[in-house]
Amino acid sequence: MDILVCVKQVPDTTEIKIDPVTNTLVREGVPSILNPFDGYALEAAARIKDKAPDTKIVVLSMGPPQAENALRECLAIAADKAYLATDRAFGGSDTLATSYILSRAIAKVEELEGKKFDAIFCGKQAIDGDTAQVGPEMAEQLGYPQVTYGLEASLEGDELHVTREEEDGKEIIGIKFPCLVTFTKPSFDPRFPTIKRKMAARKAQIDHLTMAELTNIDPARAGLKGSPTNVKRTFVPPRKKAGVVIKEETGEMSAQKLYELLSNAHVI
Amino acid sequence: MESKTKDLWVLCETKEDGTAKNVGIELLNPGRRLAKKQGGKLVSIVIGYHTDAAVKEANSHGADQIVVVDGEEFQHYTTDAYLAAVAHLLEKYAPTSMLIGATPNGRDLGPRLSSHLGTGLTADCTGLDIDEASGNIAWTRPAFGGNLMAVILCPKHRPQLGTVRPGVFKKPEKCEGKAEIIREDFHVPADQIRTKLLKVLLEDSSEFVDLEGADIIVSGGRGVGGPEGFNVIRDLADALGATVGASRAAVDAGWITHSHQVGQTGKTVGPKLYIACGISGAIQHLAGMSSSDVIVAINKDADAPIFNVADYGIVGNLFEVVPALAAAIKKGKD
Repeated sequence: MDILVCVKQVPDTTEIKIDPVTNTLVREGVPSILNPFDGYALEAAARIKDKAPDTKIVVLSMGPPQAENALRECLAIAADKAYLATDRAFGGSDTLATSYILSRAIAKVEELEGKKFDAIFCGKQAIDGDTAQVGPEMAEQLGYPQVTYGLEASLEGDELHVTREEEDGKEIIGIKFPCLVTFTKPSFDPRFPTIKRKMAARKAQIDHLTMAELTNIDPARAGLKGSPTNVKRTFVPPRKKAGVVIKEETGEMSAQKLYELLSNAHVI
Repeated sequence: MESKTKDLWVLCETKEDGTAKNVGIELLNPGRRLAKKQGGKLVSIVIGYHTDAAVKEANSHGADQIVVVDGEEFQHYTTDAYLAAVAHLLEKYAPTSMLIGATPNGRDLGPRLSSHLGTGLTADCTGLDIDEASGNIAWTRPAFGGNLMAVILCPKHRPQLGTVRPGVFKKPEKCEGKAEIIREDFHVPADQIRTKLLKVLLEDSSEFVDLEGADIIVSGGRGVGGPEGFNVIRDLADALGATVGASRAAVDAGWITHSHQVGQTGKTVGPKLYIACGISGAIQHLAGMSSSDVIVAINKDADAPIFNVADYGIVGNLFEVVPALAAAIKKGKD
């Protein structure tokens, strides 16, 4: 089968610090990484390929030229080919505009590859925006059925069986091709790249798709002007006022004190 | 799409038994405030099967109008059936805005709807207001793992859509229900539902962890030291009738299953009381629990970031403090 995995390069949000003086986000020196959820989507595709070795995995990203690094990482892990949709005109896109550009880029990749993808895999969300919107928005643009919050997927005849995480448990959903599935964190660890694949990935050619190539894009629907939502302002969330610190002589006494405070405040 | 009314809609997702999910009722609270400022009605949209209980609950929590879509195909959520129903209602009534609970299903449906209608959607909001200058909804949401808050507007497209995090708002006061109830006869043919539920995995119920619905959560992190360290956490949770949570460090170390994980790659929770034991408070953990009403931190490192969000902090050995706290609670109950 043919799987396209959409990935994003993101700042490692666990490394982001707040400048205590200016109370703003310090982005300098924050490493860029492959969005972890996209790594889970790639792993899901790789697991299908483990069982059906003629499976081909293509990765696609939208972003600045340096997003090539994330694509090379995907090539090193499991992907066979990579494309980058990159153009200044794509900057400032909200989730709807992004999903529009990506769905058009998918059509272009299909044209270049000379085949339709059976499934589009995405991470559930990116860890910088945390919206979880681009996947389903793209599915709607493509007219495909979708499953979100996937943990793993297996190929069963002409459909996928996706284990989906729900509020109060899990469910298995059958979905026919072509389809779109988004993935969340599974119970297993994604594989690491091998040295051999890493070397090959470093030299691999990554085709860029710019506005000039993507003739199927209506410029009015891309970038800032194609985005129905905009950010009015951002702020660093206010710190909570300092809490009560309990430090009695022994742990037992501290626990007793905490118990009294909690019961007096009717918390317990 | 042009809006025909100034109404504010709240999607009320239902459970398999036809009762309302909490968030669908909670959102009537900020919904009332927004509807008043918009100058329109507060409308609850109830979708499900045998939904009388949900309709009754929306009615007794202050909806002005309730639109009901009831059918067997809506008993278990599917993207295709729910998209068809909600898009149909939005196109027919054209309200100016709609709130959707940010449950897995709400976050599955919301973006599909925004893309279908070509309008804007703001994800997983924790604050809602009206932007005075423009009259648009000002959607406030966390980004960058909770490090940054963003205020989002959708100025030119209608309806304005947003998913709102469960547990952030309290259910409104109960009232004498006097909503106008409209029943829409809308059905989705089976061949238009392209996914099929093959199996519900009722993992042995010992596996099922209701973190999102819990009133009290006792969580353990790296400081518990190993799988057996969770015994004291479980004892305290038992004494409080609480659910056991865990940090990513404890889950990644294999001490407890992922279903217990709180944080960015686990569950987002908002209980009345959250007790963090041996958890340092990495950003991705704080992102999942900082909206809890009361936070207690027990950690031997006085500089741990968890103390920055804690209402009560104990600097000490959790293996002394936690059992003593459990004992005090048990004693208090007798």
